[in-house]
Amino acid sequence: METVLRDAAAASRGAPLRALTVRVGPLSGVVVDSLRFAFESLAPGGPAEGARLVVEETKPAFRCPDCGTLYETPVGDYHCPACDSVRGELVAGNEMELLSIEV
Amino acid sequence: MCESCGCGETNPHLHEHGHGHDHAHGHDHGHDHGHGHVIPVRSSALALNQRLADQNRGWFRAKGWTVYNLLSSPGSGKTALLERTLAAVPGSAALVGDLQTERDADRLRASGAPAVQITTGETCHLDAHMVAHALDKLPADGIRRLFIENVGNLVCPASFDLGEKVRVVLLSVTEGEDKPLKYPVIFREADLVLVTKTDLAAAVGFDRDAALANIRQVAPRAAILDVSAKTGAGLDAWYRWIEAPAS
Repeated sequence: METVLRDAAAASRGAPLRALTVRVGPLSGVVVDSLRFAFESLAPGGPAEGARLVVEETKPAFRCPDCGTLYETPVGDYHCPACDSVRGELVAGNEMELLSIEV
Repeated sequence: MCESCGCGETNPHLHEHGHGHDHAHGHDHGHDHGHGHVIPVRSSALALNQRLADQNRGWFRAKGWTVYNLLSSPGSGKTALLERTLAAVPGSAALVGDLQTERDADRLRASGAPAVQITTGETCHLDAHMVAHALDKLPADGIRRLFIENVGNLVCPASFDLGEKVRVVLLSVTEGEDKPLKYPVIFREADLVLVTKTDLAAAVGFDRDAALANIRQVAPRAAILDVSAKTGAGLDAWYRWIEAPAS
């Protein structure tokens, strides 16, 4: 969250922020509730004080190298629904990124 | 992480930020109108770690080292396994992460191999930056394999690439067969899952079939080996795997 706030402040050039939008994937290891708690703890005193934190949550998504299928799965089940391959390459689900700010 | 140590010299890119935006803000507009002005940023919070991990990876490749990141909960037998491994596998060295104390590095150095402790203070995982610093303390020659014993934790270390070639996740029989289902993220990228402390399996009623099924569900690509660092059972297969990690 420190990195997010620093990047947001840099993007706004220190101007007060109305909102920050972050994208969080379930494979990132980031717990959204903890992220919100960190935001509320760290935002006061900086440009993000009083800003809204908008969290976009993604699902794990894979591209199957064997049959080309693009599929989403719940965490803990990574099989390709078309061919049952387990070699899927992750294309989404591990994000922890600041998407945008609103000033 | 980098703010506290001022180490910009060893890692020239350390103080760059991850965002690549350069939005034009030349137009004048008031900030008191009803709706806000949205500025795209797209910066990853882990971009810095990723860059340093890639830097580490390049360094390992240049040195010809194979690097193993060992992950598990506290007390699952990482250090005991490495004590035997460092003594048995020539050209081995270790970095070991803990919040406090040099105890593990002291134990590992008794094997005769180089070992460097990384004390993280309050931090519950190793990151690529800590590893980069610790590398300076290892001897320049004679190392072919580096084992990085991560901080005991099944959550946060999963997110931090250290530049390793392979990930090894340990699951001790005393932890219960369902740990992989409870902590699927860390198991997902495992190249190998080591079931450890198998000498205690009977005493704790370990259901091996259930454990293997759970591991295969959340770590479908991982090889699985059973070991006991105490009796030595299974260690030869582990040493063979080290020689040719399937990754």
